[in-house]
Formats: sequence, structure tokens, C-alpha cells
Amino acid sequence: MIESYIPILLIIGIAVIFGVVSINLSWLLGPQRPYREKHSTYESGVDPVSTAHYRFSVKYYMVALSFIVFDIEVVFMYPWAVQFRELGWTGFVVMSVFIVVLAVGFIYELKKGALQWD
Amino acid sequence: MSSELIVFLILAAVGVLSGILMITRPNPVNSALFLILNFMALAGLYITLHAQFVAIIQILVYAGAIMVLVLFVIMLLNLEDEEPLREQMSKRHYGSLLVALLALVLIVQVIGWNSGGTLETMREQSPHALRIGTVEHIGSVLFTEHVYPFELTSILLLAAIVGAIVMAKKRFP
Repeated sequence: MIESYIPILLIIGIAVIFGVVSINLSWLLGPQRPYREKHSTYESGVDPVSTAHYRFSVKYYMVALSFIVFDIEVVFMYPWAVQFRELGWTGFVVMSVFIVVLAVGFIYELKKGALQWD
Repeated sequence: MSSELIVFLILAAVGVLSGILMITRPNPVNSALFLILNFMALAGLYITLHAQFVAIIQILVYAGAIMVLVLFVIMLLNLEDEEPLREQMSKRHYGSLLVALLALVLIVQVIGWNSGGTLETMREQSPHALRIGTVEHIGSVLFTEHVYPFELTSILLLAAIVGAIVMAKKRFP
């Protein structure tokens, strides 16, 4: 029943309240003596040279995309892990085929050097 | 009003509002944040429909992983604030109008469609229906009755990996 989700609602509420209160409290309690250097972007003590908006390399995107693919793979493992004993060997074989097919993709990714940084 | 109806109305309002805010924000990062809120509201709606596993996956995969990808695309394309569109009506716009109209017809059709039972009647008919969306039930069905589509999913994911590498990498070392 929907009432059994009240603890989750409570956690969400506490998380939101904690975020809002802690950010505003530190702004309220902390001393504020702003000057030019303090407001400039910190770049290892060097004056900022350009804006933070610039095109990122596609390498980051490759990492993010492989993360998603293998994240979805893990998602399918949750129900398998929960029902592991009931499914027995058939479940094991079914899951092995699934993992082997994705391992082919992983090996392809490694061999093509998609995860190499340079 | 039942408590479930109240929860549904709140979640639906949050979902629609965040959706509208998402498409109207000029800053793409703000749009992405409202999309997360929209995903959260959808996850709540899945719970009211007794699809617990789908709800948690909605948060884990969509609000977590897919949003990382969306933000990377925003960074990759180096999107600045959206410039106000000052275009005249072109052929492309008539096409969008047609698609929007078709979508409206579809929505009206689905709302009018009677599925032959509400959640209440489903619950009365079989108490088992309540547990249909749990991880246990999905696990016991997915790996026995629906093995073929499940294995096809791995092919789909493989195609995603290969496609991304082929498109992103111009030359290989």
C-alpha cells in the first residue's frame, strides 16, 4: 500500500530540508567581507585566462557511455541475484550468455583503445 | 479522496510543471535539472502503479546515468544560453505542428481508452497482482518465460557500445 512509502517520503523531506538549511545557515552565520580577489575564479592562484565554457573532449563522453551500458547490465543482475537460488542452473546459463555477449563489446572497446586517454 | 489519489495528483502536478519548466528554460543545464525532477515524479507514479522495480531503476538509470550523458552532451556541444528563436513559419514548423497534433490525438485516445479495470478491481481479483512489480517477481519471470527478449537486450547493448566507438573515434592507435 502507498502508506508504506511514508518513510521514503520522510527521507526525501529530510534530505531537502538539510540541503536548504545548511546552505542558507552558512550564508547567514558566516562573515561576509567580499573583495575583488575573493570573487574571482580560483585557478591555482593564477588569474583566470578564459571562461569555464569550452568544448570538452569526446573521451569523457566515451567513459560516460560505457558506464551507462554496463550500468544497465548490472540492473539486469539485481533480479537475477534476488532469485538466484530459485532460478538455479538455467538462470546461471541465461545470465552467462548475457554477460558473454557484453564482454565481447567490452573487449572490442579495449582493443579499439576507446578507453585510452592519449 | 483516497490517499493514493492525493499522491497521484501531487506527483502528476510536479511532473507536468517540471516538464514545462524543462522546455522553457533558456539555460540547458537548468533544463537538465528540471528533467531530473520530472524523472523523480515519474518514479513516484510508477510506485502508485505497483511497479516498484521500474521505479527504482527510473531513479538509478535515468536520473543517475542518463543524466550524466545529457550533461556530457551539453558540455560536448558547448551550449550557451539558447538564443531567442526569430524564425518565420517554415515547412519544418508545419511538420512539427502535424506531429504535435498526432500526439494530442494519441493522448486523448489513451485517456478515453478503458482498460477494463482499475487498480482496485485488479487488487480484488488477484492479491498476487500487487507483487507483480517487485524484484522477486521480475526475476522469476524474466529469466524463465522471457529469456529470448532478455538475451536480445544484450545484443542491443552491444550495438550501443560498438556504435558509440565507431562514431566517436575518428582514427585508432
